[in-house]
Amino acid sequence: MDENLKELIINNSDSIVDNWMDEVGRIKAGNYTASISDELYENTNREFVNVIFTSIQNQGSSKVVEEFSEKIINLGWPLSYITDGLQIFRRVTIDFLLAQADQVDSNHFSIVLTSVDEWIEPLIRQLVNEYSGSWENILSLQRVALQELSAPLIPVMERITVMPLIGTIDTDRAKLIMENLLEGTIKHNSEVVLIDITGVPVVDTMVAHHIIQAAEAVRLIGSTCILVGIRPEIAQTIVNIGIDLSKFLTRSTLKKGFTKALEITEREVVDLHAKNQGIEDIMHSLKGE
Amino acid sequence: MNPRSCVNIHKEWDIVGARQLGREMAKEIGFGTVDQARIATAVSELARNIYLYAKNGQVCFEYIYTNSQKGILMTAVDTGPGIKDISSVMQDGYTTSGGLGAGLPGVKRLMDDFDIESAVGEGTKIKAIKWIR
Repeated sequence: MDENLKELIINNSDSIVDNWMDEVGRIKAGNYTASISDELYENTNREFVNVIFTSIQNQGSSKVVEEFSEKIINLGWPLSYITDGLQIFRRVTIDFLLAQADQVDSNHFSIVLTSVDEWIEPLIRQLVNEYSGSWENILSLQRVALQELSAPLIPVMERITVMPLIGTIDTDRAKLIMENLLEGTIKHNSEVVLIDITGVPVVDTMVAHHIIQAAEAVRLIGSTCILVGIRPEIAQTIVNIGIDLSKFLTRSTLKKGFTKALEITEREVVDLHAKNQGIEDIMHSLKGE
Repeated sequence: MNPRSCVNIHKEWDIVGARQLGREMAKEIGFGTVDQARIATAVSELARNIYLYAKNGQVCFEYIYTNSQKGILMTAVDTGPGIKDISSVMQDGYTTSGGLGAGLPGVKRLMDDFDIESAVGEGTKIKAIKWIR
């Protein structure tokens, strides 16, 4: 019976496809795919319905399905396009099969429902899996990418290092920050480490706690930590919330922090041009005599 | 008439979601950058408390209006272990997790109105309001 039904719908695939295309075309307008051109939409629909039929014919030929889902994912179409499409296919096929039958009793009805489900379900499962698999993939890639830009330590000058922090600091990142900070401080033999929090959106007690611990650890290994990039609103919030940063050197900008760092390491920035200018002035005044 | 948006807190990253929503909504109604930072920080504290102590909970935001002023109300609800002695957690420096112990008293200072209800074994509900000056 199952095979008969299958044959029936494969032989009549044209009319089923027509019905299906009609219905799918109708949901386009107010739906998610509104920004997609009609031509692309129709071509994709045709491909989709072919995939469905191939899959039914071959009892789940996963290769075609895989290729198709990959294409849809690359196009960036929502998962609902696939689930809607398959739901509509289910409805259209059931309607068609029931209309074809001479007499519809509950037995026949249940056979039709079961066999259509048997065709559609593996497809739904596979497509949804492909989709969520690709999301998980993106997610894990992003996690790795995030980890990579987590806590870089930049030696800007002998004995002076900068750690710019950007984005949210969670527990994992806080650990990384601490490790990189200490390792780097020792490796680069830095006397002063500047932690720049310009890019940290919110400094709550946990973030402050981690920064304080990191600074304390840096102090223990004999270096000085300067906290820079404290924006005015962050300064106010820190005061409101009652975080005590009085033990640490802080500066509003990296520039000021760097000047302080030079001071600590007993160096200064000399403007060569101004110096030359001064010499020229002297030369000039000498010539004038 | 008053839309209410909520964020469920289960993972550490949900804290970021809650914070962004809070900041977005604060910006929308017209808070300045300093108050936005205060609100975002307060959200961060409350959401982190849920994540650390209760594991599961929700942070909700809604706008509130009175005759003379408008503001944002945030509600942090969890079904965690509850707080036995509220007066001690409202003291600066009190912590059970090795943190700074400035969380709840800090939130109280960051916001204008602050209200905490808690029952041991049932959970905690914190309401905090910030008015636009």
